[in-house]
Amino acid sequence: MLDVLYFAWVRERIGEPRERVETQAATVAELVDELRAREARYALAFADLSALRVAVDQELTEFDAPLSGVREVAFFPPMTGG
Amino acid sequence: MGRVRVQREPFDSGSELEGFGAGGDVGAIATFTGIVRGTGGMSRMEIEHYPGMTEAAIAKIVAEAEARWGLEDCLVIHRHGAMAPGERIMMVATASRHRAAAFEAAEYLMDYLKSRAPFWKKEFGPDGAAWVAAKDEDEDALSRW
Repeated sequence: MLDVLYFAWVRERIGEPRERVETQAATVAELVDELRAREARYALAFADLSALRVAVDQELTEFDAPLSGVREVAFFPPMTGG
Repeated sequence: MGRVRVQREPFDSGSELEGFGAGGDVGAIATFTGIVRGTGGMSRMEIEHYPGMTEAAIAKIVAEAEARWGLEDCLVIHRHGAMAPGERIMMVATASRHRAAAFEAAEYLMDYLKSRAPFWKKEFGPDGAAWVAAKDEDEDALSRW
């Protein structure tokens, strides 16, 4: 089980800030494929991965990152702090 | 050594700087304060963040700046939640022996806070609400470090 978190417009498109996901996905990219296949709102949120960033256990990483031993995955647009 | 605060409440830059850098071998303090612009009739800004990751990401950026410029003191305050034009969003302060290090470290902190700290700004104006898009130049700015 993974905690999957969404922020900013990703959260708005999916309609919730976080959820528990049962998955066998080995990488973030495989998790994205599973989510996309669920419903249109996920397909819409994950339509363009170049517009998204991902953090695994609160560390920024890439979509090919492995999920073994991971507790939390977060998807969000490029950050706009400062 | 550096201090990081992520908070919803407003802050007062003046009182935050009282005692900042005191006691060390400090010859220079540089500060930057980011303020909500009212451009285009914007009525408010809302900033979302990723509790936990935000603090950790900023602490990492601060630690890097402290090591690289040998800072004597460093402070980062960043707000989240709703803000009106004119309100302070965030501030950084750096203290060092000489001014070049204080200025450069403050710029470094700002460049990294902009695109590596998990905040997202949403602007509310006469035409509705829109997420602020990250700019290519913000990402490019990191390459100079």
